[in-house]
Amino acid sequence: MTAGVRITPSLVARLVVLAGAIVFFALAPLFMSNFRQSELVLVGIYFIAIIGLNIVTGYSGQISLGHGAFMGIGAYTTAILVTKYDVGQYWTIPLAGLIAGIVGFLFGFPALRLTGVYLALATFGLAVAFISLAQSTRFEGYTGGGGGLALGVPTTPYYLTWSIALGMFVAAWLLLRGRLGRRLRAVRDAPVAAVSSGINLALVKAIAFGLAALYAGVAGSLLVIRTGFVNYLTFPVLLSILLLTGAALGGFGSLGGVLFGALFIQYAPGLSATLPHVPKESAPSVMYGVILLIVLFLMPGGAAELVRRLLGLLKRLTGPRYSRRTGERVVS
Amino acid sequence: MTEFWEQIVAGLASGGIYATLALALVLIHRATGVINFAQGEMGMFSTYIAWSLLYTYGVPYWGTFAITLVISFFGGVLVYLALIRPLSRGGDIAIVIATIALLVILNGGAGWIWSPEVRSFESPFPIDRIEIGGVGISWQDLGTILVSIACVIVVFCFFRFTRVGLMMRASAQRPGTSRLLGIRVTLMLAIGWGLAAMLSAVSGMMAAPILTLDPNFMLIVLTYAFAAAVLGGIDSPVGAVAGAYILGVGISLLGTYWDYVTGAPELELPIALAVLLLILLFRPAGLFGRAVVRRV
Repeated sequence: MTAGVRITPSLVARLVVLAGAIVFFALAPLFMSNFRQSELVLVGIYFIAIIGLNIVTGYSGQISLGHGAFMGIGAYTTAILVTKYDVGQYWTIPLAGLIAGIVGFLFGFPALRLTGVYLALATFGLAVAFISLAQSTRFEGYTGGGGGLALGVPTTPYYLTWSIALGMFVAAWLLLRGRLGRRLRAVRDAPVAAVSSGINLALVKAIAFGLAALYAGVAGSLLVIRTGFVNYLTFPVLLSILLLTGAALGGFGSLGGVLFGALFIQYAPGLSATLPHVPKESAPSVMYGVILLIVLFLMPGGAAELVRRLLGLLKRLTGPRYSRRTGERVVS
Repeated sequence: MTEFWEQIVAGLASGGIYATLALALVLIHRATGVINFAQGEMGMFSTYIAWSLLYTYGVPYWGTFAITLVISFFGGVLVYLALIRPLSRGGDIAIVIATIALLVILNGGAGWIWSPEVRSFESPFPIDRIEIGGVGISWQDLGTILVSIACVIVVFCFFRFTRVGLMMRASAQRPGTSRLLGIRVTLMLAIGWGLAAMLSAVSGMMAAPILTLDPNFMLIVLTYAFAAAVLGGIDSPVGAVAGAYILGVGISLLGTYWDYVTGAPELELPIALAVLLLILLFRPAGLFGRAVVRRV
C-alpha cells in the first residue's frame, strides 16, 4: 500500500463514474417516495453482501453458497442485541459484521482445507443448517424459534445504508488492489507458485472468507433494521443463490459490476411478475436461473466484461484505423 | 431392545433414499469431475412427472415407475449435452454454477407447472407391518431398503460386467486415451448423466410418500446425500452408499436416544453436518476414499 496510487486515465474514468454514482444516490431521495427509497435501501444491502461474495468467489476462486447464512448471523446478532440487551440498533451494525466475520473465519479454516467442490458443499450445508438452527425450539430464548424476533417498526435507513455501502466499497477496493488482493489472485490463479512464494494458503483463504462473511453480516444487520423483523424464512437457500447470481451477473473479480448485480436482483423479480400466466412465487427463481445460464454462456465476465467490450469497440470505431492489408494508418 | 432394532430399520430406509441420490452424485463426480447441485431437483422433477402419470393419466404404479425412469434418463442426457458439455471448457466453477442455475430453474419450474402446494404421493408398498423376530417392520421401510439395494447392485453390475460400463469407466478416467481407442466419450458421459438422473428419480419416488411432494422436498435429501457422499469419499460408490446407510442409522438413533434432539428433530441436520465437518478434518478423503496427492 505504500506504493501509492498511480493516476491513469482509467483510474480517472472510474473516479468520475464513482462520483456520479455518489451524487445520484445522494440526491435520489429528494425525488422519491418512501417506498422507492426503501427499495433502494434493499439494493444497498445486496450491494454490500455481493461485494463480500465477490471477494471470496471472484478473487479467491471459491464458490460460497452460504452467503445468506452469514447475512442471517449478522441479522440475528442485531435482533438479539436490540431485543434482549437493549443496545441501540445502529451500534449493533459493526458488532454484527464482526461476529459474522469471526464465524466466517473460523468456519473457513476447516472448510478451506478442502478443495473447491468441498467448499461449495460445506457452504451449501451451512445455508441449509442455518435455517434448521434458526427455527429450532432449543434456542427459542434467543432467536424466538420459528416466530422470529421483532425489533419494532420498519425504518428506511437510506443515507446510513448507502454511506456504509460507499465506505465498504472503497475499503474493499483498497484492500483488493493492495497486498491482500495480490495474494488472493495468486492463490486463485497459481496456488503452487503462491505457496512457494511463502503465502500461507489456508490463512489467506480463511481471511478472504472471514472478510466476505463480515460484509454479509453488516448487510444482514441493515436488513433487519430496515424490515424491523427477522425469522428463519428471511434467509432461505435461494437468497444465497440469488447473491451468487448477482455476483456472476456483475462479473466475478470486478467490483464495478457489483452495483449492477445488486440492482438486478432487486428489480428483476418485479419485472418477471409482470409476465402473463406465471405464478408469482416461481417466476423469479426460473428467471434467475435462466439469466445465470445466459451469463455463463454468452458473457462469462458478467456486466463488467460487457462494458469492457463495448469500450473496446468504441475505441476501435473512434480511434485511428489501420489498413488490414498494409498495416498503414488509413486517412479518410 | 425392540425399539433399537426398529430405529435401525427406519434409519436404513432413509439411508437407502440418501444412498441412491448419493450414488448419482458420485457417478457424476467420477464422470465429469463436478458436483451436480441440481441432482436432487432432477429427482424432484421426475417425481412430479410420475405424479402426473399416476393421477392425471391413471397409469398404474410400476408402469409409471418405468416410464419415469426412461424420461429421466433422456432428461439427464439432455442436461449433459445442452448445458454441461458446452461449458466444460469454462472450468469447474462455470459448471457448478450452471448446475446451481438448473437447481433454481427446476425448482421454480415445478412450482410453475404443478403449483407449489403440498401433495401426497402413492407408495407401491402395503401400509401394514410384518414382524421379524419380534421387531415390527413396515412394508414401506422394507420396500425402500430393498429398492435401494437393488439399485446399488444393478449399478455395480452394470459398471463391472457390461461392455458399456467398462467403456464408461474408461471415458471417465482417461478421456483422451479412450477417444483414441474409438470410444465415443461424449456419448458415454451423456449416458452417465442419464443414469444419474434415473437414480435420482428412484430416490425421489421413494422419498415422496414419506416426505410428501412439494418443489422443495428433495433439498434436505440432497443435503444428506451430499453428506453421505463426502463421508464415504466423493469418488467411491461403495463409500457413498455405506456413508448413506451410516448417516441414516446414525440420525435415527441420535433422534431416539439423545433427549436434547428427540424434542427438536430440526437439530438432526446441523448436528450431522457438524460431525461430518469434524470427520473431514481428520480424513479429508472421507472414510472410504483414497487420499489423492494434491499439488498444494
